[in-house]
Amino acid sequence: MKEVIAFYPILIDGTITTIILTLLSAVLALFISFVVGLSRISKFKIVRILAIIYLEFFRGSSALVQMFFIYFVLPMWGIYFDALTAGVIAIGCNLGAYGSEVVRGGVLAVGKEQHEASLALNYSPYKRYRYVIIPQAIPVMIPTFGNLLIELLKLTAVASLITISDLTFMAHIIRVQTALTLEPFLVILVIYFIIASILVKIVDIISNKFSKGRNIMMAGEN
Amino acid sequence: MYWSWEVAFDVLPQLAKGVVVTIQATIVASILAYVLGLGIAILKMSKSKLLRIVLYWTTEFIRRTPILVQLYVVFYVLPDYGIFFEAFTCGVLVLGIHFSTYTAEVFRAGIDNVPKGQWEAAKSLNYNQVQTWKNVILPQAIPPMIPPLANYLITMFKETPLLAAITVVELFRAADQYSNSHYKYLEPMTLVGVFFLIVSIPSAIIAMKLEKRFKQRKI
Repeated sequence: MKEVIAFYPILIDGTITTIILTLLSAVLALFISFVVGLSRISKFKIVRILAIIYLEFFRGSSALVQMFFIYFVLPMWGIYFDALTAGVIAIGCNLGAYGSEVVRGGVLAVGKEQHEASLALNYSPYKRYRYVIIPQAIPVMIPTFGNLLIELLKLTAVASLITISDLTFMAHIIRVQTALTLEPFLVILVIYFIIASILVKIVDIISNKFSKGRNIMMAGEN
Repeated sequence: MYWSWEVAFDVLPQLAKGVVVTIQATIVASILAYVLGLGIAILKMSKSKLLRIVLYWTTEFIRRTPILVQLYVVFYVLPDYGIFFEAFTCGVLVLGIHFSTYTAEVFRAGIDNVPKGQWEAAKSLNYNQVQTWKNVILPQAIPPMIPPLANYLITMFKETPLLAAITVVELFRAADQYSNSHYKYLEPMTLVGVFFLIVSIPSAIIAMKLEKRFKQRKI
């Protein structure tokens, strides 16, 4: 264990890389979730079809294959990404596909009368979603988004296979340098568990905040 | 770089071998995940609080850490303690155990969804434990479980490429090996992606149809 602790600088580096990778991909995934999720319920058939193609493409094939495709195959066509960017794109696009279903489900869960009410108030489509539909859909979405965030964190470990020096990658370096096996992997498992538990806690807090506001709103209505 | 059918046909036999391993891994891992998951679900209903707490944190630990690292642990660490498994066995074990923590939730929800009155009715008919489960609870609990369990089967199938990281020559590694020896990256990787799409999209549609059917049955 002492030998592994001696490597703490690279473990910290790895942890930071993992966190950066998680945050950047989460932002991209969230953005894609909303774009694709709202496209799924668009009036225009072509938009809906494109969204379904995107969804099925990224949800239907394996994340590792997508990552390798972006990192190793796209350069053949002259599209170059450094490893971190390729990782963020692959993870973001992959989780974005799952997230789009959450957005769609959340929006559809908002009662029909809310849509009609905002129509009756002559809200433009933008205003309708911005002020009426989305604010009510978000509390429904948050717990599922929390689960997806943990899946996303776990997926970042796979990015070590395209040479991103995240925690998993660092564990390999330590394993090779010290010939220890249990200790480096045990240490990073615990680090992953701690990061994931912090994320779960944060999502819990956000979720509670939103549901509290919702209860007050409902109490006000009665 | 253009698509070459020659390369595509050249790589196909190797990929076919990989497909067999991928499918074997999926089937064995899913059976393990279902059996273990049911076991965990039943143990989680135990009366002992200590057992429930231990199980909760163990399953949470497995759920909140990456499969890839778990694969490394089993593959690199166990041999140090004199436990030797083939790479394929390691992979299947880890996949099965990892997803058993997910299927356990499905089983638990399915059993919880059977109304309490059904248990009481079985009791009042003087059914014993076996009769209660076999004739009353399971027939009502199982149908709604099938769609989510089918979805986890598809998820496990898509996670099998990770086994490549511990030297299992499944579909993805077969393609990667070909790429590295022939310097052809486009065709093998595209074929792998296409294969995953052709299998998982129809299965996802079937799972969705199942879900609709079971929803209609529920009154």
